[in-house]
Amino acid sequence: MSIEIDAIEKSFRGVSALAGIDLQLPAGQLTALLGPSGSGKTTLLRILAGLEAPDQGRIRLAGRDVTDVPVRERRVGFVFQHYALFRHMNVADNVAFGLSVRPRRYRPSAARIRERVAELLEMVQLGHLADRYPAQLSGGQKQRIALARALAVEPDILLLDEPFGALDARVRKELRRWLRNLHDQLHFTSVFVTHDQEEALELSDQVVVMNQGRVEQIDAPQPLYERPASRFVFDFLGRVNVLEGSLHDGVLTQGKASIHLPAGPRPAGPAQLYLRPHELRLDDQPSQRLSAAAGRGHQSDRCRSPRRAAAGWLGE
Amino acid sequence: MQAEASSISSSAAKRVLPGFGLSLGVSLFFLALVVLLPITGLFIRAAGMGWEAFWFVISDPRVVAAFRVTVLTALAASLFNCVFGVLMAWVLVRYSFPGRRLLDALMDLPFALPTAVAGITLAALFAENGWYGQALARVGIEVAYTPLGIIVAMAFTSVPFVVRTVQPVLEDLPGEDEEAAMSLGASDLTVFRRILLPGLWPAIVTGGGLSFARSLGEYGAVIFIAGNSPYISEVISLMILVRLEEYDFPAASAIAAVVLSASLLLLLAISVWQERSVKRLHGA
Amino acid sequence: MATGRARRVGDNTATRRTLIALAALITALFLFMPLVVIIAEAFAAGWSGYIGNILDDYTLDAIGLTLFVALLTVPITLVFGVFMAWLVTRFQFPGRKLLTALIDIPFAVSPIVAGLLYLLLYGRNGWIGEWLGRYDIQLMFAWPGIVMVTIFVTCPFVARELIPVMQQQGSDEEEAGVVLGASGWQLFRRVTFPNIRWALLYGVILTNARAVGEFGAVSVVSGSIRGQTNTLPLQVELLYQDANVVGAFAAASLLAGIALITLVAKSIVEWRQDRP
Repeated sequence: MSIEIDAIEKSFRGVSALAGIDLQLPAGQLTALLGPSGSGKTTLLRILAGLEAPDQGRIRLAGRDVTDVPVRERRVGFVFQHYALFRHMNVADNVAFGLSVRPRRYRPSAARIRERVAELLEMVQLGHLADRYPAQLSGGQKQRIALARALAVEPDILLLDEPFGALDARVRKELRRWLRNLHDQLHFTSVFVTHDQEEALELSDQVVVMNQGRVEQIDAPQPLYERPASRFVFDFLGRVNVLEGSLHDGVLTQGKASIHLPAGPRPAGPAQLYLRPHELRLDDQPSQRLSAAAGRGHQSDRCRSPRRAAAGWLGE
Repeated sequence: MQAEASSISSSAAKRVLPGFGLSLGVSLFFLALVVLLPITGLFIRAAGMGWEAFWFVISDPRVVAAFRVTVLTALAASLFNCVFGVLMAWVLVRYSFPGRRLLDALMDLPFALPTAVAGITLAALFAENGWYGQALARVGIEVAYTPLGIIVAMAFTSVPFVVRTVQPVLEDLPGEDEEAAMSLGASDLTVFRRILLPGLWPAIVTGGGLSFARSLGEYGAVIFIAGNSPYISEVISLMILVRLEEYDFPAASAIAAVVLSASLLLLLAISVWQERSVKRLHGA
Repeated sequence: MATGRARRVGDNTATRRTLIALAALITALFLFMPLVVIIAEAFAAGWSGYIGNILDDYTLDAIGLTLFVALLTVPITLVFGVFMAWLVTRFQFPGRKLLTALIDIPFAVSPIVAGLLYLLLYGRNGWIGEWLGRYDIQLMFAWPGIVMVTIFVTCPFVARELIPVMQQQGSDEEEAGVVLGASGWQLFRRVTFPNIRWALLYGVILTNARAVGEFGAVSVVSGSIRGQTNTLPLQVELLYQDANVVGAFAAASLLAGIALITLVAKSIVEWRQDRP
């Protein structure tokens, strides 16, 4: 089930949250919406679910325009950041909820519902907790139950809002792997929101980097990391070393230090060179070029991209 | 405001949770019918009297005396409750001791007890031959049939307002402020006066304001103990009833309109004060 | 006792003991003693006197009318309170704050004024009353008037109990329910109601206590006709003014009993709510 997001805009009380988003998310993929707080990623996710209405723009699921379809009828599964498990129902009733509120005609029999709940709990490996209440579960367990509950109604799309944000680091890593496996098994279209770039790069088929209500870049994780298209993306993904100086004739100078940049566009003036830390190596021999880009194999490859980026910002 | 208005028109049909239309309809209908309609009716009646007639009723010496008695006694009762309320809130929040739960529950008694019952009970206690009345008579203090009795009755019925408003605030006061002050050498009393009291002040004023508003209109608890002698111990709510019994509806309406306006203004002032102090303490 | 906790202001024994003693003393004298007085006076003529007073015809009529009024008032204010709380805590709309402030009005209005408000509107010479009079419908000085005025006085209680609880719980669970396909009624019955059960119960208990005990407003609109429009609080007043002190306190003891049940119920509700 593919997702088309067409010119979506949204403001809250005069403050713009989404300033015009256009995205195509192909069916069966796991997409991450990545960005800092305030980037609009959760708002976009909620608009996809139907929990918010956009001010402008359309949403299409598998070609069908669902912008005006209420959330009840959209057939999306939504996993909330703080789980939103029904605290007065036990685990089994929580998971069964979506099936039990179907109109009579479409409602499976009680026996069938029980079967399905058991299947789902087995899938998330929590069959033994069926009679427990949410307050008795750990964070990781609650999250898996929330997922099982969302999957019970067989949605076409699964939306997850910072699914692992409230968990500790170790549990987070385990669940990440587990979610990816589940996705590969069941093949639905998933979109999840995160501010953790490691998570986005590790888990997803493609990453949508957002900042202040706009899309900065969309790419698969590897190309995104290697060829960031803007200063923001470079900075946000992974560690960054910034060297400032003035660029003249392909040499970046700051005081007595200098770096010879590899061949490429040669503007002049104040400049910043963005590098990944692993692209630098310390040498005890002085070198004419004084840079990691002194012809050391693949590293000069790597340096090409930041140099390209630096050239693009010379105007600043 | 513009964005809000546009979000209403564009998403009015798209609210996520169901039941907006129904709950809005029911609430508005109920509030209009039960609350707004009668209040509007009163104000229109009172306005229809004409200014001269209105003034004549309000400035009647007996009515003015009733206003004076009511305001002064309500003030005294609220001041007492501010002190007593802080004491009770302090003891209930800071200390544990056998019987604390009972003491806590008793704070709600005036709220749950019908005012007529409170009225006859206080009257019986403080009458000349009542248990307290006798003891106080020996010291020369008369409570029943005097304004002092009115103060006692008003204080009784509005105890919960200050206690229950101050309690939660006291519970939430951060302990670090006190510890910092103590570590800097301040005495208990100083810490209380300069660190804790300022934090409690908004709650005390709010509770005191509610207590005052309630006492202004108190009837059932007051009339048995007050004696109700005109000019001396007659409260304004009784004054309204007196005029009603004389079939002087316009006069009763005029007095009631004044009392109602005062209550509404007080309510407004209290909520504005509350919002301001919340903003000041916690940021907008 | 406060061991193992950082020392705070007022913790030293002398201060503690003094303050507790003072608090307990004033409470005992001011709040507890009245209960003692009620029992003492009610039973001044012994058990048989007490029973005799309770079973007095007019008193029984008053009890009946009081219960009847409560029976009508509580469900109506309950339904209103729930709708109001749902509206105000689950939606944003212009005027929301104003609406929330409106609920507090009956709280701030003097009971006598409340009674007068309704008398002016629905009495024989009132706008609506006059029109109703043509169809021979009389609301004032009859039980409908008492019910209406009691509804006015008690309408804030359920809403005021529910609103903070529902606001604090947030609408996450309801949103989850909607995404899973629940209808409005299913949402309320299966998701919201279990979460607000105790606050709702306490709101009902409070409403009931206030409905049963309302005095000032009912004084104005009832006419105090014995056997017909006399509620229990009015009966207490009548007996007292007739110098039947024992009878008055006997009737009062029933009302005090309801008050005590209210207090106990509140403790239970608070205790249940504190449990996770």
